[in-house]
Amino acid sequence: MVFNAHLNLILKSLPFLLKGMVVTLELTFAFLSIGLVVGIFLALGQVYGRRSISLLISAFERIFRAIPALVLLFLFYFGAAQFGFNLSAFAASCLALGLRSAAYQSQIFRGAIQSIDIGQIMAARAIGMTQFKAAIYIVLPQALRLSIAPWSNEYAVVLKDTSLCYAIGVTEMMRQGRYIVARTFGNALLIYVVVAILYFILVIIGTRLLNLLERKFRIPGYEAKEKGEMVERML
Amino acid sequence: MMDNVILKVENLYKNYGELEVLKGISFEVKKGEAKVIIGPSGTGKSTLLRCINRLTNPDSGRIWLDGKEITASDVKINQIRSSIGMVFQDFNLFTHLKVIDNVRIGPMKVKGIPKREATELAIDELKKVGLENKVDSYPAELSGGQQQRVSIARALAMKPKLILFDEPTSALDPELIGEVLTVMIDLAKNGMTMLVVSHEMGFARSVASKIIFLEHGVIVEEGPPERIFNKPKCKRTAEFLHKITDLYGDTKHENDS
Repeated sequence: MVFNAHLNLILKSLPFLLKGMVVTLELTFAFLSIGLVVGIFLALGQVYGRRSISLLISAFERIFRAIPALVLLFLFYFGAAQFGFNLSAFAASCLALGLRSAAYQSQIFRGAIQSIDIGQIMAARAIGMTQFKAAIYIVLPQALRLSIAPWSNEYAVVLKDTSLCYAIGVTEMMRQGRYIVARTFGNALLIYVVVAILYFILVIIGTRLLNLLERKFRIPGYEAKEKGEMVERML
Repeated sequence: MMDNVILKVENLYKNYGELEVLKGISFEVKKGEAKVIIGPSGTGKSTLLRCINRLTNPDSGRIWLDGKEITASDVKINQIRSSIGMVFQDFNLFTHLKVIDNVRIGPMKVKGIPKREATELAIDELKKVGLENKVDSYPAELSGGQQQRVSIARALAMKPKLILFDEPTSALDPELIGEVLTVMIDLAKNGMTMLVVSHEMGFARSVASKIIFLEHGVIVEEGPPERIFNKPKCKRTAEFLHKITDLYGDTKHENDS
């Protein structure tokens, strides 16, 4: 039966695809971590830094947001090799897409930092906090909370973009799928649908978890107020 | 000049571009004194307070706190600010922190006081404002009056030499003003040095030692409340007080008696 044959193929392929998925998750984790750490520093520099620093950061952020991901990957892998930097495909991916994510994440954090009420910063300065302390103890804890929702969007984008690393030879989920399609015959649709479903599941699980995180860190009091206001509006 | 003068302001000027906000302000606040600044809006009252803890830098003029010039260029401004409390019109509590953390974060992170000690200190201050049972609440869970009392406790926890109040009751619903004024009156009676921008005549009458009438960036008149209220020297002062009493009523505050 055709159905059985398909099921067999899927079962046989799954271990390979899951092996690829591990690499996909490693890439995602690496890109997001690099992006998170670098992104926060970029955002702080852009908001609080001297004009020269914030201009430099803006330039970096514009460049990395304006160049297609695939072009960045090729630049960091093939381009760097010409200068004698023989990066592994994985390392080149981390640099290219990690820094790209840093550029996007910096904009998430910058917006969140700038949305924190100036009055609270003034109150922090008034009790004698330096600008640095006010940023660490007052601004960032609130800004990071606000960043979780837009950050879960970044998670989904970065996760899906790991599939581009296929192009420079990283054996992630997409490439594993491609291998299976090449080894067997006439199964492109079936295998790529399975790959698509696996990406879909990863995105759904991740965004759900981030949603839970957002709720866990929600500042008490606001929820009740929002509900109250909604009820008031309805009445 | 040093006898008990906590704050001395001399010939303070501040412009915002073309706009002259403060035009040569001079006054003193003595230890344990509560001075009230009144005057029409847009007249530089808030700017004046912000110049005193240098949240805004004055263009010229000098300020001394407890005999030390804080407008000098070599002054450690964060250290100065930690000894001047400030209470804002819209509370400006740290929304992500519980009440207890709002109050103890200053002692801990600015003065380096250990957590346990800072906690005791914070609870003491919260008792003074009657909120020791709200330590674990978040600001958004409190009423405006309670939030303002927390912000007063936050200022007190730094053991300031002086507290600046910038229209502390203006953002409150009328029925919540009383609880904040009660706390302020207690503070004044217990000898806290206070400089208060407020149109609460109840407070001014009951505890203010002097009232300063500020208009268009200059001090029009300064004097004890009875004189300012009953026979002001300047016509403008009389007119302004008339408007204020029309607006807020002249009933004495319930805690006066």
